[in-house]
Amino acid sequence: MKKVSVSFTLNGNTVTAEVPVTWTLLKTLREYFELTGAKEGCGVGECGACTVIMDGQAINSCLCPIPEVEGRSVTTIEGLADEDGALHPLQDAFLKNNGVQCGFCTSGMIMSSKALLDQNPDPTEDDIRTTIAGNFCRCTGYVQIVESVEMAAKEGK
Amino acid sequence: MIDYDYLRPDNLEEVLGLLKEHGPKATLIAGGTDVMVKIRNTKKAPEVLVSIRGLKDLRYIEKRKDYHIGALTTHRMLEQSELVRTELSALHDGASRVGSVQVRNVATVGGNICNAAPSADTAGALLVLDAIVFMEGPEGKRSVPITEFFTGTYKTVLKKDEVLTEIKIPGEMEHFGSAYWKHSRRKAMNLPILGIAVSLKLEGEIISDVRIALTVAAPTPVRANKAEDFLKGKALSDEALNEAGKIAASTECCSLRDSLRGEAWYRAEIIEAYVPRMAKLAAERRSK
Repeated sequence: MKKVSVSFTLNGNTVTAEVPVTWTLLKTLREYFELTGAKEGCGVGECGACTVIMDGQAINSCLCPIPEVEGRSVTTIEGLADEDGALHPLQDAFLKNNGVQCGFCTSGMIMSSKALLDQNPDPTEDDIRTTIAGNFCRCTGYVQIVESVEMAAKEGK
Repeated sequence: MIDYDYLRPDNLEEVLGLLKEHGPKATLIAGGTDVMVKIRNTKKAPEVLVSIRGLKDLRYIEKRKDYHIGALTTHRMLEQSELVRTELSALHDGASRVGSVQVRNVATVGGNICNAAPSADTAGALLVLDAIVFMEGPEGKRSVPITEFFTGTYKTVLKKDEVLTEIKIPGEMEHFGSAYWKHSRRKAMNLPILGIAVSLKLEGEIISDVRIALTVAAPTPVRANKAEDFLKGKALSDEALNEAGKIAASTECCSLRDSLRGEAWYRAEIIEAYVPRMAKLAAERRSK
């Protein structure tokens, strides 16, 4: 199996991964770096559980071939809280609003929402729903999730 | 076991060299939202993936005399472009309904039409905007109108050693209003049961020129020429638009079929209902 060496910025740190060339970013995060916050739900870009932010944009890490990450900057859910453990406003808002049920979709939901708030700190409900249209919550807790993002936006002001 | 070489050239010359070198063993990959899914679903991969994501100068939306859209322009760029939204509205409609934000951030318009699914969301729009597709290969550059680009389901005129480089839309389309309707059960993450695009030009109340395109209505995205001919020169009225919808839904314009997503009779009704609605929306947008 052919291997590839890929260097990139992961949650603010410069890292290098030596992994099979056929691996995706998701597989590399989970199995090489042991960052299991990003989940594999469908593995084909339908469910959004694997969402991470690459160079400011939310992407499905399950569809991203690892060689494409060379020189890029990747942020995962593990990169959101402060070093002292203080939660990011989005994480805090999801907890306060019961935006988390089983939790499988949560890191993807939060990463999609973070990409939105970074670009648009004052989103409408419609903006939020469009943003998370590619993140499936099979507990169907969408109302609380939208409220969580609204609260985080308000507190970010 | 899936294994491949993943090559990342950074200019077109290198890409063409690699395609020549590896021949049928190589497959191009851009955003990867179709290629990666196919590899996973079929558990089969080409021996060589040639990534064109590094060709940054194929990512642009420009208006000079005509509109020029680089093949690697993402759906998200089209969705967020004010120029596309106001002057090429059907393309905005199509691009912003593809997959999800995550998919649109990486999926390219060139990839969408090269994949050539009968359901491609940008194809209907590009058909009614008279797009011209530019390709580059070992023998140089060539172009074809989008009406000749699709040759079958998942098939195009693009040769194995060619790269799609640009989509050009004639500047005169700025005088047209346009709209695309993706008929699907959910608002996102879904393929259309049917897609309808209309562009038209008005002189007073008279439809002086019109294009109608249908997706998922035939093996390839198609223009409904008979319905267009019927409408040309007529006043914009419910009666004329409804009749155009009926013609578009008939076997003169498409070959509807039953599938898991929808049955032929239902698809026909959707065409009849939405050709008039999209024509009205296109007219309304034009007047703004």
